[in-house]
Amino acid sequence: MALLQISEPGMSAAPHQHKLAIGIDLGTTNSLVATVFSGMSKVLQDEHGHALLPSVVRYLPSGEVVVGHEAQAQQSADPVNTVVSVKRFMGRSLKDIADRAHIPYHFVDSADTTKHLQIQTRAGLRTPIEISAEILKTLKARAEKSLGGELTGAVITVPAYFDDAQRQATKDAARLAGLNVLRLLNEPTAAAVAYGLDNAAEGTFVIYDLGGGTFDVSILKLTKGVFEVLATNGDSALGGDDFDHRIYCWVLDEIRTKVRESHGHFNPLNEQDTRLLLTKSRQAKEWLTDNHEAQITCRLSDGSFVDVTLTATQFLELTQHLVTKTLSPTLKAMRDANLGIEDIKGVVLVGGATRMPQVRHAVEDYFQQTPLTNLDPDKVVALGAAIQANALVGNRSEEDLLLLDVTPLSLGLETMGGLVEKIIPRNSTLPVARAQDFTTYKDGQTAMSIQVLQGERELVADCRSLARFELRGIPPMAAGAARIRVTFQVDADGLLSVSAREQTSGIEANVVVKPSYGLTEDEITQMLKSSFGSAETDKKSRMLAEARVSAGAIIQSVKLALAADSNLISDVEKLAIEAEILKLEAIAKTEDAAAINKAVDSLNHATEAFAAARMNASVSRALAGKNLDEVNL
Amino acid sequence: MTQNYFELFALEAKFNIELQTLETNFRKIQAEVHPDRFVTAPAPEKIKFMHLATLANEAYQTLKHPATRAKYLLELQGISAISETNTAMPTDFLMQQMEWREVLENGIAEKEVDTLENLIQEIKVEVKSLQLQLIELFDVKKDFTSATDVTRKLIFMAKVSEDIKHAIERLD
Repeated sequence: MALLQISEPGMSAAPHQHKLAIGIDLGTTNSLVATVFSGMSKVLQDEHGHALLPSVVRYLPSGEVVVGHEAQAQQSADPVNTVVSVKRFMGRSLKDIADRAHIPYHFVDSADTTKHLQIQTRAGLRTPIEISAEILKTLKARAEKSLGGELTGAVITVPAYFDDAQRQATKDAARLAGLNVLRLLNEPTAAAVAYGLDNAAEGTFVIYDLGGGTFDVSILKLTKGVFEVLATNGDSALGGDDFDHRIYCWVLDEIRTKVRESHGHFNPLNEQDTRLLLTKSRQAKEWLTDNHEAQITCRLSDGSFVDVTLTATQFLELTQHLVTKTLSPTLKAMRDANLGIEDIKGVVLVGGATRMPQVRHAVEDYFQQTPLTNLDPDKVVALGAAIQANALVGNRSEEDLLLLDVTPLSLGLETMGGLVEKIIPRNSTLPVARAQDFTTYKDGQTAMSIQVLQGERELVADCRSLARFELRGIPPMAAGAARIRVTFQVDADGLLSVSAREQTSGIEANVVVKPSYGLTEDEITQMLKSSFGSAETDKKSRMLAEARVSAGAIIQSVKLALAADSNLISDVEKLAIEAEILKLEAIAKTEDAAAINKAVDSLNHATEAFAAARMNASVSRALAGKNLDEVNL
Repeated sequence: MTQNYFELFALEAKFNIELQTLETNFRKIQAEVHPDRFVTAPAPEKIKFMHLATLANEAYQTLKHPATRAKYLLELQGISAISETNTAMPTDFLMQQMEWREVLENGIAEKEVDTLENLIQEIKVEVKSLQLQLIELFDVKKDFTSATDVTRKLIFMAKVSEDIKHAIERLD
């Protein structure tokens, strides 16, 4: 009788072994984690049965950090040290934040105004990236606990309309949380995947996603497992929070009026009162989804009592302009996709804020059809992210999933006169690369400053500056004689890298666009170090676990490739690769993370020629009507 | 490896291509080469396929749009449709251009989105007739000199249409 084989922990024996992959919806208001269990995408719950983790982080006097419901419960009592809606600050500097007066945090802007903002808490200065990492750590722990193993990786969702700085910040947060980011996935695309696969939908669909702090609209063409984004648009500073804020301002006005009528004195609100009233406002908004009026009652810190009633009609009037504000991006996306409303087969509503009746009505009026709401608007993004994560790590799904997403905003360079020269237009399918040649302005010019911008406006001042770098050592030539080729590459995460090369001399400058808003590599290393703290052994075992997981993933990937395509290379080349695999498998059993990583590099190197051969074969195979599934057998 | 964009999608190098085939073959290729297929792959494979996926996107966009497709067909013949020595335009076409530009400027000044939308439609009709000419010139007569002139017109018209779209967007 054949014995069952059991592999070394962390190492995969069979090429088709199920790998643990999760999808995370890192939301403004709530965050979720989901995974695929035996073909079904499911949201993971905490030990109290909660699926939604409030995106609230509190720094306790004890030095402890709490995340979620517990932190949320204390937000009015300890507003300065309890950060809510931190997503709104991701990749932003202080000057980007409107309505700062109504946000109860002690912001600290760095001396360099283009750098990311920080929040002063009792635990010290914290960047939004670090605060988001706390949320991600909590979700990671939840997933590891319920799945019982080391995660191969995670798909993290971001608003489609997030710019490069915001995406980079999200990726940095995931790294800080110790997650291997498989992909940054746009939230509406994730929702489309969950919806499309669930309903076997085909045709052109609109995803209208109004979350806590961001609005996205994406138009997708769905055909047999292919999700092609035709256009996307949005507003990365518009969401349910703004509706709360309108109610909050209305309550303040009511209080002021009452005080004036009684000839009293209006005391300015302190931080606790601000947070309390914002919380009450959010509750009133939610109540009005199913009721005609909401009563807002609370006692302020000066002892005065607030008791006001907001009717659904009043709420509608207060927020009409916000609803209207979502329609302009919608119209733009429809125009970019070259479509009319008659081309739209369905409109899927995503995000908790789409529960508001006025939002539903506006969407219904615009598209002349009843929007689709059969999936939980709070969960659909996480469910889609899990499906994508499962596919990315190579766990078999019934259908082969292909997501073709786009870049939401145009990318360009500063040219003479403060104007932007667009290099990559918005809605270009990813990955995309474009090059543009520039020349010198003066005789003998040896350096050139290159500013990378993102946005749709013509003036540099109206676009977001992502990075500025200098190309030096250009050989002195007459003005206009040098040929500087600047190449933009946007990867499947929507992240940009830029390189510049002087064509006649070959002088080169490469920049991964680490926006000034993000963290430097040094800062990340430092933060990772300090978060491991004194627990040196913990750090070691974590690094070892990570090295083993990545070794396992690569071995599996190469084995699959060999099983499919070893005919493309000579026996000698094949043996060389197999030798490297055996070496890596042996080293992965040791405790030496550095040696494992070195062996991974070595295996990488050995597969160079094989990769080239596979690339050449892939195109002809694609069009010969076979796909990898069939070949793999 | 394939030699040009048409071969990449197993299409004959001509102006009148089957767009449905282009789309289907584009998707088949992306299904094999997209970065999502290589998330756990060794670095060399990741990089190579990333470049191939980028190329497939570029090729697809180039062939999908008539103006860029025509320009690319000329490039395959070693002809640059828009070069410094190749900008002569017939007077009547230039007049037409000026007329459209005038309507565009007026539309912007008067904030008349409808006028601009109509202009796009008018240009679309012209574009259609140029495309018919290009089928004849590229695919039947193989008259690349005349095709260059028509292609240049097509490129100019695509540019005007883009400008109108931007203007409409700013008026919204």
